[in-house]
Amino acid sequence: MQQVIASPGASLPQFVTRVGRWGVETGRAVSDVRTWAPHVIPQMRRLGVDSIPIALFIATFTGIVLSLLSKYIFTGAVPMYFVGALVGKTIMMELGPVLTGLALAGRVGANIAAEIGTMRVTEQVDALETLAYNPHSYLVMPRVLAAILMFPVVTALAVALGVLAGWITSINLLDLSTLEFVKGLRLFYRFKDIWFGLVKSASFGAAVALAGCLMGLATRGGAEGVGRNTTRAVVIGCEAILVLDAFWALVLL
Amino acid sequence: MIRFSDVYKSFGPKVVLDGFTLDIPEGETTVIIGFSGSGKSVALKHIVGLLAPDAGTVEVDGQDVGALDRDGLDAMRGQVGYVFQFAALFDSMTVAGNIRLGLARRGLDEETMQTRIRESLALVDLPGAEDRMPAELSGGMRKRVGIARAIALRPRYILYDEPTTGLDPVTSAVIDELMVRARQELGVTGVVVTHDMRSAYTVGDRIAMLYKGRVRQVGTIDEVRHTDDPVVRNFIEGRPFDPDRLVTQGAEA
Repeated sequence: MQQVIASPGASLPQFVTRVGRWGVETGRAVSDVRTWAPHVIPQMRRLGVDSIPIALFIATFTGIVLSLLSKYIFTGAVPMYFVGALVGKTIMMELGPVLTGLALAGRVGANIAAEIGTMRVTEQVDALETLAYNPHSYLVMPRVLAAILMFPVVTALAVALGVLAGWITSINLLDLSTLEFVKGLRLFYRFKDIWFGLVKSASFGAAVALAGCLMGLATRGGAEGVGRNTTRAVVIGCEAILVLDAFWALVLL
Repeated sequence: MIRFSDVYKSFGPKVVLDGFTLDIPEGETTVIIGFSGSGKSVALKHIVGLLAPDAGTVEVDGQDVGALDRDGLDAMRGQVGYVFQFAALFDSMTVAGNIRLGLARRGLDEETMQTRIRESLALVDLPGAEDRMPAELSGGMRKRVGIARAIALRPRYILYDEPTTGLDPVTSAVIDELMVRARQELGVTGVVVTHDMRSAYTVGDRIAMLYKGRVRQVGTIDEVRHTDDPVVRNFIEGRPFDPDRLVTQGAEA
């Protein structure tokens, strides 16, 4: 895949051949369960659990700001219980998944790309291959799977805390009662609001981890190369999140 | 037996191997010497399929490495141990973990793995180093662990990429002794890439000089030591010379 990305100018037959090879490699990596399975849970802890503090920090302040903004927007025009609706809908469907995804694109994408990139330039990836391990099975699969599983978990926690922060802000700073906030929250609520956000965040996890792994494996040229590809991984991860965000909105809404 | 037949390899405009042909007989240690950047390590990586030739073939035990599928490549790699220039130890694992990784891939039981780890560390004079992390080891110790990782697999071939580069003369002599011991005690065929002539004379049965992408001369230690070839002679005696001048003077064949 890194070859596919790295050679946009390749002729069509070369491109098709490379995509085909990448497909075969991916198939082999996925089926090599014995290699990747033991590494999934440690990666879930590293990529997911360790990212919870930053996600919660962002969600808290997002909830606070959304409450204050909605008061500013609604005052005199719309009943104030709509604050609950705006905070809930916005955090569940958009800001929770996207801001968490962007934060994790920086933290997780950079972490993966720098780690695998360093392994590449210090020949540890070559060493893996000489020991008959497929780097896609050993390095890529557990990270991508862990990110797919953990991004929705982190997002769910962030959404919960974001709404909680919005509620606390509303009752303390906006003279809104809990009853009114909850009334607004339930007004337009649909179960889809939750799963829409979680499906998006799973796809963000796949994109961020894949960008990190592929940029890491494509690293060349020592410390400078590691820095360059780590930056690329974060940029590609962020761009992918925004594109996927629009894609899911078109497909699912 | 390992056989390079008319191998060509370029990286962009730079031609590294230009009709490289060499047979590496079993049971001996063949040393490939040559200037820095002459393609010695590139040649070595072709043996285990880390690089594929642009043209020509590399055979290991009669199998064309370039024609092997992933399973065939993994099976072939099981016969070959690779000692990297800077050891390429997995820095997130202990010494024992580094050695265990290759053994686990071969499906050995825990008791056999423990025995192999102990034996291989004893062979490189590092008994009891199982629980140390690579970051705690000196350069020489890391190289010894790299050798232990290779010999633990009981390979038929061991490839050494610049095994003494960056080491002090005493530690270099220790590494040379280990390579000789590996051949004597385990009967493995060795391929050593180096520009350290003292090391080449100590560990080698035959020496091949790689020059301008081809084998300039191949022969026993004595044959190379007493060669009349000006390029080989200047190289092994460490005398500065201008190869283009030799050509224009007709001193080169």
